Amino acid sequence: MSPLTRRELLKAGAASAGAVAMPAVAQVANSATTPNAPRPPVMQTVSLEVNGRNVEREVDTRTTLLDLLREHLQLTGTKKGCDHGQCGACTTIVDGRRINSCLSLAVMHEGARVTTIEGLGTPGDLHPMQAAFVKHDGYQCGYCTPGQICSAVAVLDEIRDGIPSHVTADLRGKPALDASEIRERMSGNLCRCGAYANILDAIEDVAGVRKGATA
Amino acid sequence: MKAFAYTRAETPAAAAAAAAREPGTKFIAGGTNLLDLMKLEIETPAQLVDVNGLKLDTIEATDAGGLRIGALVRNTDLAADRRVRKDWPLLSRALLAGASGQLRNRATTAGNLLQRTRCPYFYDTDQACNKRLPGSGCGAIDGYSRQLAVIGHSPSCIATHPSDMAVAMRALDAVIETVKPDGSERRIALDDFYLAPGNTPQRETVLEPGELITAVVLPPPVGGRQVYRKVRDRASYAFALVSVAAIVQRDGSGSVTVGGVAHKPWRKAEADAELPRGAKAVAARLFEGAAPTEDNRFKLALAERTIAAALAEAQEAAS
Repeated sequence: MSPLTRRELLKAGAASAGAVAMPAVAQVANSATTPNAPRPPVMQTVSLEVNGRNVEREVDTRTTLLDLLREHLQLTGTKKGCDHGQCGACTTIVDGRRINSCLSLAVMHEGARVTTIEGLGTPGDLHPMQAAFVKHDGYQCGYCTPGQICSAVAVLDEIRDGIPSHVTADLRGKPALDASEIRERMSGNLCRCGAYANILDAIEDVAGVRKGATA
Repeated sequence: MKAFAYTRAETPAAAAAAAAREPGTKFIAGGTNLLDLMKLEIETPAQLVDVNGLKLDTIEATDAGGLRIGALVRNTDLAADRRVRKDWPLLSRALLAGASGQLRNRATTAGNLLQRTRCPYFYDTDQACNKRLPGSGCGAIDGYSRQLAVIGHSPSCIATHPSDMAVAMRALDAVIETVKPDGSERRIALDDFYLAPGNTPQRETVLEPGELITAVVLPPPVGGRQVYRKVRDRASYAFALVSVAAIVQRDGSGSVTVGGVAHKPWRKAEADAELPRGAKAVAARLFEGAAPTEDNRFKLALAERTIAAALAEAQEAAS
């Protein structure tokens, strides 16, 4: 028997789950009353727009948006770091807002518009934020980078939209577009290589506020 | 994660009824805390009722001059609301002191109130925890308790409530509105919402099975100088060791509510009455009967100093 790849194994699992698809709610509920009884997976269809493309998939209801992107749509740019909303590596932009895609179920995003790192730019046509991360060396290992970039793009929109932050001095005014605001707003994206200084340079560059910047 | 059935509710009453029909149902809105707990199998609902379509996502002025905040208003939108920033700035400040931008974009008003403790013994399923597994004991009391409660707790549980928003809501005398499975509605003062742990720390609020929060109502603006001061292990994106919501009026009266010290935002009328006499007097009355562990005794000194700092900031802003 030829060894299965991890992805083939996942597909096989999903297929066998599909064979017992759609159990009645009561069936799942009954299994809950006997704590250790196995519960059959529940399959559900979700359709949404990802990077401008309409997609529809039947997924186990437990599938997170992150796993839908990575395992079902093969958009592996979005990374699974902690899978608990602590690191920000899975940050994507959903309906114009950045979120942790690991803490959201795929089925909760029926009709949503999702932008991942693949949708921001391509190797031949980089988004300005992607280009700035390259230019300023805003990474070392690169694992957190897609999340950092998606977050950074949304951060600049949030500041332009006047959404305040913890460090905004005057709640009645517009937040400043400066290093202090950017640092606070990027606190949900960890970089264990510690490329923070260069990440900040890259974001300031795109924002047009980088001190001593040369074109 | 355990398998679950997933449905979307059309109306608040239908959501409550659906939850009451199936044992082991949970409502899901932002999901930022619930999904985390489901991955760890601390929560194992058989059914999720998605309430995101219930149109409870608006902030409206009340006839009394206050605000009715829909249960589904995202933390980002509540903090950024012009009316909140102008007349209830304490609430904006508390929200912005919590979580990360990504989480605030998803987290809802009701979900924030209902988030579970971040006690490490609640999260570690290999440890004793009366809240997670009633009767199993409390690993925290003689364990690593630096972040945990110093007052209001019991021999069964020393967990704290982690919300910043709830601290401001308590200071602003917010009232929670709910709908029950039979369609009836009720109003619960935030101060009456959280249950003391006692012998049943698994019961955290007065909500009945299936009862759904529909809104949180703020009374008319109280004015004064409003300061939210949070002390934590990192400059951003960390839960409070201690937080203080202070409201100080021109005549020196006001209120002090403290977060990170108990199972709920900690405020006492007798302590508020001490405000003209300063932070030491307020803290002494607020923490009368406190029983810290060796690990978290520092919180009593920290709380007093944080109250002093918050009051100084409020007075500075007033001058």
